[in-house]
Amino acid sequence: MSNAAGARPSLRERLNIRQRIRDRDTAVYGVLIIVALLFPLVTIYATGGTALVSHATRAGYWVLLAIGLNVVVGFAGLLDLGYAAFFAIGAYTYALLASPQLASSPAHHAIHINFWILIFGSLLMAALFGAVLGFPTLRLRGDYLAIVTLGFGEIVPQLFYNFDQWTGGINAVGLIDQPLLPAWIQGPWSGDGDFKVVSPFNFNTDPVAYYVLVCFLIAIAVLLVTNLYRSRLGRAWMAIREDEVAAAAMGINTVTTKLLAFGIGASFSGFAGAYYAADVALVSPDNFLFIVSITVLVMVVLGGMGNITGVIVGALVMYYLVFYLIPGLPENATSLASSIGLGSLNQSSGDWPGLGEETQRLNFIIYGAILVGMMLLRPQGLLPSRVREQELKHAAVQEEEAAVEQLHAT
Amino acid sequence: MSDQPAGNILELTNLTKRFGGLVAVDNVSLHIKRGEVFALIGPNGAGKTTLFNNVTGLYQPTSGAVVFDGKDITGFKPHQVARYGIARTFQNIRLFDYMSCLDNVRVGRHVRMKAKVWDSLFKLPRERREEERVTEEAMELLRFVGIAKHASQYARNLAYGQQRRLEIARALATDPKLLLLDEPAAGFTPQEKVELMALVKRILTRGITVFLIEHDMKVVMGISERIVVLDHGEKIAEGSPDEVRKDARVIEAYLGKSA
Repeated sequence: MSNAAGARPSLRERLNIRQRIRDRDTAVYGVLIIVALLFPLVTIYATGGTALVSHATRAGYWVLLAIGLNVVVGFAGLLDLGYAAFFAIGAYTYALLASPQLASSPAHHAIHINFWILIFGSLLMAALFGAVLGFPTLRLRGDYLAIVTLGFGEIVPQLFYNFDQWTGGINAVGLIDQPLLPAWIQGPWSGDGDFKVVSPFNFNTDPVAYYVLVCFLIAIAVLLVTNLYRSRLGRAWMAIREDEVAAAAMGINTVTTKLLAFGIGASFSGFAGAYYAADVALVSPDNFLFIVSITVLVMVVLGGMGNITGVIVGALVMYYLVFYLIPGLPENATSLASSIGLGSLNQSSGDWPGLGEETQRLNFIIYGAILVGMMLLRPQGLLPSRVREQELKHAAVQEEEAAVEQLHAT
Repeated sequence: MSDQPAGNILELTNLTKRFGGLVAVDNVSLHIKRGEVFALIGPNGAGKTTLFNNVTGLYQPTSGAVVFDGKDITGFKPHQVARYGIARTFQNIRLFDYMSCLDNVRVGRHVRMKAKVWDSLFKLPRERREEERVTEEAMELLRFVGIAKHASQYARNLAYGQQRRLEIARALATDPKLLLLDEPAAGFTPQEKVELMALVKRILTRGITVFLIEHDMKVVMGISERIVVLDHGEKIAEGSPDEVRKDARVIEAYLGKSA
């Protein structure tokens, strides 16, 4: 008797853990959190520098963008090919209102608004433009909507080029303010105090500060989007994606619901834009071209449309591919060739430009081949969307399932 | 069962729908009494589904009026019509394929839910309570149509007959006063047809009026109290099943002149 009582808790514990791991989303989030915590420690220890942490902070805003675009494309099924426009609007909102730029504009006064306020300002501005673009265009469907968003994505960077009085045009906006922790947070762990628990938490010099910031932003975004996904609005989005006519017949106002998808999706890129502007401290229209929209779209599709964890993983994998693996390929190929005794390949001779140069030229072919390969192997994305098991463990559903099981048992 | 006053729940007056030169619904007037089962029959292409679409706002009538429960709803948008209390199913099933059955029904509940964007974004207690309640109501409806054990499956994975039932459950979730069923028994086995008729009777006990399009005469004659026959967009007969069955124009429309 006492034996059984002693064994029961441990058994239950084990079952619980297994169940949690079986729930894929929980497992993926667990792994992501652990990796996010260990990443700066391990890479700084291993490489002695923060270059990899800088890379991770850049990957962070791609993750934010992918989470936002997933709301539009994955949930509501609206193909948006101009997503970078909202990213640009968010970034320029921060860049103009937190830099010396406006001093040389017709306004003649530089504005320096605090990052923590402006990150929400950028969010609202992007959401506003999302709604402005959405209002006249969301009556369009499918391909037509894609073309209009494509046009918007082309127009916005052009506007930032051409309003050079205000935006500096091709010269970009520079010297953008760095965020500061609010005074009430500044303790011994921040700034250049004597007592440094964590190395100085300083946005001017330390990429780790940005890394922590972007992790927080992503966590907030994931939380909010997950809430939406499991709500009345999230279901309405998916209903519209599946069948717009049936959704309307069920009482869903398709116009406002799609508008909300556009606005909310855009607001996340505004979020990402402000962060991006602060991080790189230099915003130029060239940073928001069509390729940005497409890269984010590839992240969403490749990760698994409509699935938040899939999209995050997709963004990280794509970032690694596009900004780390492929740019580093020529160098790696060269050193690999020399180390296995094929150093002669590295020399250019005749038509052969040398292995490094050749790999450089093949960059896009390699990139394309990887994309095609991934889509062939996982057509639904790396982590495709599935029925939300967790929510279906709701009491009412379980009750029914138990009743059915009993029926079968008897 | 209905505690509402007797009378007509739906009145169509001189409803006409033209597509270019084609008159799909030609000057049709009819009225449906509260609490009855009303059937619309007619040969293929007679304009039955077009008439449904005009009632539910998918099409705007060319002329004529649709009065539902004393309100003129002519030209309303589909979601407004649903809000007023008309729900429908579709001739070729239109479920949300990649959503669970439970979610399909909860989408139906959308129009009776109050949660705003902020409630959902921050999962406020009010929103949680509403979700709990709606989930239970949805499960109740799934049980009502007899597919509760499939609650967690994608709608597309259900068998054909179950999909039809799910569509009815989804329509019922909008709390309709009038339920429009577009060929609910199409492709059913005789056994399934009997079950469907029982289901329609149970829907009636919820105080919901049923307006159905159906080809299967056994079903139509078995459950409907009054029938209207359409042919080439025109109403050619109206009356009880027995009256309609004997009507010369109906026989002609279905079997041709020589018969």
